[in-house]
Amino acid sequence: MTFTTRIVNGKVYDPMNNIDGEIRDICIEDGRIVESMPDDASRIDAGGMVIMPGGIDIHCHIAGAKVNAGRKLMPEDHRRDPHPETAFTRSGTGGIVPSTFATGYRYATLGYTTAMEAAVPPITARHTLEELDCTPIIDKGFYVLLGNNIFLHNLLREGRHEEFRQTIAWWVNATKAYTTKLVNPCGDEPWKGQRNKNITDIDEKVDGISPRIIIEAFVNAVNAMGFPHPPHIHCNNLGHSGNYKTTLETMRTAGDQRLHVAHIQFHSYGGVTGKNPTSKAAEIIEYVNQHPNITCDIGQVMFGNATIMTADAPLAYVLRGFNKNKWVNADTECESGCGILPFTYQEHVYTHTMQWAIGLEMFLLSEDPWRVILSTDHPNGGSFMNYPKLIRLLMDKSFRREEMGRVNQKAIAKTALNDLDREYTLNEIAIITRAGPARALGLKNKGHLGPGADADITIYDDMDDKEMMFNAPRYVIKSGIPIIADHEFRGDHTGRLLHITPEYDQSIEETVKPFFESFYSVEFGNYAIDDSYMHDHEVIQTTKTS
Amino acid sequence: MSLKLSLHTKPDVPLEAAVICTDKLNGANETAIAALTVFHGNDQTALGEFFTVKGQCDGEIHIEGDLANVKHLGSEMTSGKMIIEGDVGQHLGAGMSGGEIIVEGNAGNWVAPEMTGGRVIIKGNAGHMVGSAYRGDAVGILGGEIIIHGNVGNELGSAMRNGLVVAGGNSGDFTGVNMHAGTIIVLGEMGIRSGAGMKRGTILSMHNADMLPTFSHACTYHPYFVRLYLAYIKEQGLTIDDAQLVGNYQRWVGDAIELNRGEILLYVN
Repeated sequence: MTFTTRIVNGKVYDPMNNIDGEIRDICIEDGRIVESMPDDASRIDAGGMVIMPGGIDIHCHIAGAKVNAGRKLMPEDHRRDPHPETAFTRSGTGGIVPSTFATGYRYATLGYTTAMEAAVPPITARHTLEELDCTPIIDKGFYVLLGNNIFLHNLLREGRHEEFRQTIAWWVNATKAYTTKLVNPCGDEPWKGQRNKNITDIDEKVDGISPRIIIEAFVNAVNAMGFPHPPHIHCNNLGHSGNYKTTLETMRTAGDQRLHVAHIQFHSYGGVTGKNPTSKAAEIIEYVNQHPNITCDIGQVMFGNATIMTADAPLAYVLRGFNKNKWVNADTECESGCGILPFTYQEHVYTHTMQWAIGLEMFLLSEDPWRVILSTDHPNGGSFMNYPKLIRLLMDKSFRREEMGRVNQKAIAKTALNDLDREYTLNEIAIITRAGPARALGLKNKGHLGPGADADITIYDDMDDKEMMFNAPRYVIKSGIPIIADHEFRGDHTGRLLHITPEYDQSIEETVKPFFESFYSVEFGNYAIDDSYMHDHEVIQTTKTS
Repeated sequence: MSLKLSLHTKPDVPLEAAVICTDKLNGANETAIAALTVFHGNDQTALGEFFTVKGQCDGEIHIEGDLANVKHLGSEMTSGKMIIEGDVGQHLGAGMSGGEIIVEGNAGNWVAPEMTGGRVIIKGNAGHMVGSAYRGDAVGILGGEIIIHGNVGNELGSAMRNGLVVAGGNSGDFTGVNMHAGTIIVLGEMGIRSGAGMKRGTILSMHNADMLPTFSHACTYHPYFVRLYLAYIKEQGLTIDDAQLVGNYQRWVGDAIELNRGEILLYVN
């Protein structure tokens, strides 16, 4: 069903086209935004409402083997939060890690129309694609985990950089991924089998290579191949006090080449390892402010229940010792690692308050909202359902002060949060939730409302309570199809898979194949996901520079 | 006048009847009650399709018939009394916080999971997972009493944190598995692996039992509180020998893989 309409009288926030709250008409035809259309077209009167492009989540965990393990781990969470069907949508279960269908619908109810699954081991890509296909409404893609890949490590160790680059391209093609993800590069291997430990320094050598060598190689290769989104990195030492030095070194390693630092809040801690963290938000965000090649998402911690879900197996192992709750360790036999455990962030706990405050400090100290993107690292820092509250914390100083009064005061006193009076404007919110992530992801048709853009549009009632406003958009339009109208579901949409197909020399397969024959339980010929497997999808172009 | 529900048509597949609960039926007339929604499998239907409704609920409901396929009776009950003259299905009194449910026949699995108060008395046998946590949850019942005159299945009082669970007959395997606190009394024999993963709490049995290797024998003594408990359940109509009231009990401590502060008391003479 195509939908042709003109949205009139709404205040438009489209930062990419420098439109900041002007009353403008938006015309939609065949799933795209067009310049104009006949006057007799149907209309949506958005008087008193705010129009923004659909939200884009640059970093979340919504599909794949580890997300599914997270669901299985917590039946109690699902039982308490059923997601009933409507005339247009299917049923599911909610909780911190909702079922696939509920994930798509719940993103839509916040006005989000695109989300990127941030960590998929190559061998579970097929499973991830299946789940993404069952995640309705939103467009989606995933980042493939290649930072703890033995075959790639071997190539680097032998200095075979050209083959390294070709192999990355082959692997991204074979899995239908959007970009490469590095998680605690070098950290999983020592933990998995050899010494049951983690690495602590970016220059620490594991069998002849260090995290720095891996990061550098990925930054060089991915930038040279012109992926729309640079390597997406989860730095070493996540969550450990004093890790900000590692984060700074990681960003320095990229030089002036593009790099995306994921959930940077978790990497901005001062202090001594094993002791309480202090805030190094200012140092980290200062580096980001000064270096336009770096993009990051915050990974804000929100109080309440969360699920730690990470490819950083040694980290999950440490955390499971804190709360003595159930946990899952998985993916040990494949090209990654994985740990999952339920977690609760509590206001009275020093460390949790410190994490909350550091995230807010970074938002408030950021000078370029285009590169400091909103996320909670769903579900690690809290569910994506917390986004409206987070937006209110950023937009409403008095609400922020109120919340600051309820948390651990010792921790708050050690941060600069008391001195920060900044309030985000609606335009800046449109940047950190829409235009910024679209630009960082290299999605030219998303995050804006200019002619040619995908007609992914959210219309909110303009309210003083920003949490309420962002919690319930009045209209959500996806690819030109009205999904939500007057707060009710009025349609459904499958959404598309966004992926890239970087060019590579076919002969690299001859190099990779013997490794598969020696070590994999999957035949090389069965490993790559062929095109016949793809459902609705869109290839985003790479721009090769060398 | 109390409300009387008689089953006139036996459901072929389980009937989900959480609506049969004193709190939900108090004050309603016969027509209104007969029109209430129940689920027969996945078919939405009316209570009157299965039950003859007579009288009005003033805090007491009598139900008769073979209710072995009727689930969720008395769910979330807070007060009043339900008397069931026959067998009853799964999830009886789930999450109840007050009131009393008396079953003259047998009960299915999941009797009063996650209850916080009130009392359930089963005159016959009961199934598995009596007074337990639902799957995935760390904590089971937080209070109340479950008294079963007959035998019970596996995982009796699983993960319970408070309250009293009594089995007049035998219990299955994993009695008191993962329990946090509270008291379980089994007058018959317990199956294997009793108290596995228990942190605190007391399991009392009148027979010898196979102990897990993570339990250690502490002493043989006569704890006074046992007499109080046994006298209380004797009042409830269960058979207690006078010798058991004053006898000695072996005390086993465990589970050593957890806090090691739980105890299993076994009657010796």
